[in-house]
Amino acid sequence: MKWVRRGAMAFLVAVFAASMLANFIAPASYAYQFRELPDAAPSSQHWLGTDDLGRDRLSRLLYGTRVSLLLAPAAALVSCALAAAIGGAAGFAGGWLESAVMAATDLVLSLPWLFLLITVRAFLPLNVAPIASVAITFALLGCLGWAAAARVVCADARTLKNSEIALLARATGSGGLRLLWRHMVPNLKPVLYAQFWISIPVFILTEANLSILGLGVAEPLPSWGGLLRELEDLTSFSAQPWLFAPLILLVLTVSCFHVVVREEEMWG
Amino acid sequence: MKLPAISATLLLMGLMSGPLVRAQRGSQLRFSLASDPKTFNPLLVDDDASEAIRYLTGGVLVRLNRETQQLEPDLATSWRVSRAGNSITFTLRRNLRFSDGTPFTAQDVAYTIQRLMDPVLHSPTGDSFRSGPGNVTARIIGKNQITIVFPRPIVGLAKLFDQVGILSAHSPHKEMAVLGPYYVAEYKPGSYLLLERNPNYWKRDGAGNQLPYIESIRISIEENRDIEMLRLMRGEIDFINSLDPDLYDRLARQAPKMAYDAGVSLDSEQMWFNEVPAAPIPAYKKAWFTSTRFRRAVSESINRADLVRVVFRGHAQPAVSWISPANKFWFDAGLHPHPFDRKDALRLLAEDGFHLQNGVLRDRGGHAVEFSVITNGGNMERVHMAAMIQQDLAGIGIRLNVVTLDFPSLIDRITRSFNYEACLLGLVNDGLDPNAQMNVWLSSADNHQWDPDEKTPATAWEAQIDRLMRAQAATLDVKKRKQEVDEVQQIVWREEPFIYLVYKDALAGVSTRLRNVHPVALRPQVYWNIDQLWIAGGRAEGRGWN
Repeated sequence: MKWVRRGAMAFLVAVFAASMLANFIAPASYAYQFRELPDAAPSSQHWLGTDDLGRDRLSRLLYGTRVSLLLAPAAALVSCALAAAIGGAAGFAGGWLESAVMAATDLVLSLPWLFLLITVRAFLPLNVAPIASVAITFALLGCLGWAAAARVVCADARTLKNSEIALLARATGSGGLRLLWRHMVPNLKPVLYAQFWISIPVFILTEANLSILGLGVAEPLPSWGGLLRELEDLTSFSAQPWLFAPLILLVLTVSCFHVVVREEEMWG
Repeated sequence: MKLPAISATLLLMGLMSGPLVRAQRGSQLRFSLASDPKTFNPLLVDDDASEAIRYLTGGVLVRLNRETQQLEPDLATSWRVSRAGNSITFTLRRNLRFSDGTPFTAQDVAYTIQRLMDPVLHSPTGDSFRSGPGNVTARIIGKNQITIVFPRPIVGLAKLFDQVGILSAHSPHKEMAVLGPYYVAEYKPGSYLLLERNPNYWKRDGAGNQLPYIESIRISIEENRDIEMLRLMRGEIDFINSLDPDLYDRLARQAPKMAYDAGVSLDSEQMWFNEVPAAPIPAYKKAWFTSTRFRRAVSESINRADLVRVVFRGHAQPAVSWISPANKFWFDAGLHPHPFDRKDALRLLAEDGFHLQNGVLRDRGGHAVEFSVITNGGNMERVHMAAMIQQDLAGIGIRLNVVTLDFPSLIDRITRSFNYEACLLGLVNDGLDPNAQMNVWLSSADNHQWDPDEKTPATAWEAQIDRLMRAQAATLDVKKRKQEVDEVQQIVWREEPFIYLVYKDALAGVSTRLRNVHPVALRPQVYWNIDQLWIAGGRAEGRGWN
């Protein structure tokens, strides 16, 4: 299965390199409007056509990949780290701490986030550069998206604590931080990886929806989420197949990440 | 040689009785509304869905022909406004009955006026008739004649009655007894309404056949515009009254015969700067926004032709001032949109001390010119317009930040906190009479959006607009009114408190089965002549999709 992993790795490197080198390889500025060619089909000048305002879709995809590829995993990392710390501590400690943390998690999950985000937007200044706006959005998502993952991590940590691995570790004299770091955390990795990979596409799509509230990526900066919004109006799969490019890229990228990390776990 | 004569006779007969013959019994018209009607009481209408039901069911004394924009007799055969302009006398049509069989008399009109002006009812329609302190009285002169007297003169009095659905004073069914072409037969909230043909409707066609031709109307409640479009394409509904340019283009590609562009509508899209003195924005920015030269420069840097072509796919027109050319009488045809002229924009800015430095526009104090424009994120046309304006303004060194907000937050910012710099929004306009926009143009008005509720006019030109708007509202001389309204349009064009961008076209989608359709710019665009419409081949009532 190594060739699958190599292929996935090569794809990821290619996508990452292309997005980082967008300034050099993109055929046009992501913001420039070719107003004579709005909504154009692919051509030699515009390989993926143009959007409603005549902006080159390939350029927007390359720049959007850079934004999403850097910020969505960063946000997922933040949310998983918080979930691991909060859920893990609750699961290992058990007792009243676990009950209290789980009650807090339930409370966080039940909060009407939409209204909270609207309130957050009200406190932000209006004159924010597009890149700052998108960074704020993903930071918010990272800080707010830990609760569901924390519940899963807590349940796993509780099971681990009562497992034979923990019993044997204790029997060999492991305890405290050593037990946690050497025996528990490595066993929590699979569930954290799963949460991480689930979070990335969720955050990308949430960002697209948040742009309606003025919290997403501001014009003219592109992102995968923003590009995926174009699919909302699509009524026919065959009419404009090039519109699926961001979706295909998203699916392939997340799948390749998954393959690389799974192989790492299995073989590495 | 007899053949042509016989054919001609048959053809003539066909034309005379065509619609009725071809519209089979049981024909049903179907369309969608985006929400449930809030009320069936014609005097309490203040939402689009209720307005649709009022139009289809309500009988009015006079009806504004949406095509000619002229008043036509309806329940009243004639009317006469007094020389003083404070009273109107209607002569009513005889021997009419409500949908439930209750006779229609002058007492019903008197009762409707009494309910309309009842302060307890808070009728939005009644607000237009409140000319000043004092009571409105209805004097019944005979069974079929009535005079309504107002405490003060009302400009354009007769046209206001187009909105007043007449109630029955005696019917046990109250507002459900109607004089219009249809009555509400069934209503399932959130799902559908069924309107049945009013058996007592008074109108007849040229051949003496009772109108309307269509037996019933089934109105589904459908919020999703894409689903509405799919239903039209599948033949499940017969028309969409108002389409976005995107949907219109899609329809025009797939079924060109179903797509109607009725030309420019009354609706405009505009942007404005926040000129509220207490707004939480820096003083140097307030100085930019209150400068006519700055506003003019921004206006001249916007390529309206591109907005029309790219965002509206050609289904709009560059805007000039606050009255659209769709308003045939009141539009000042002497005005033209500001040209797209960056050179002149920079000249105007230079006169105000602005200068370009390494491609960045700076004011006298050296501040880089940067501001944000807010618009509602759900409206892609506006987001696209803002993105295009962003690129246009970059051409004169201005950095524009586009901020999309949810609609309630946006309204809060422009009406309460005033925490914004510029706003891009549209204005939906229903009334033809300029008085309908008094709440925008008077400096003391709530909707005087760039600086609402001014205690005294902030500028000389606002004082002049106040004077002209009050003067036109107080005179019955139509020529004088027109001159005054034209002058207000010219001031607005010159000063640009609102930078008018485009007037949108009235776009509709109509099934090829629906006949006698002439979509117009005024609401309701497709079914304004509902009693004349008919469906070729008809449609069996049982075929449900709800």
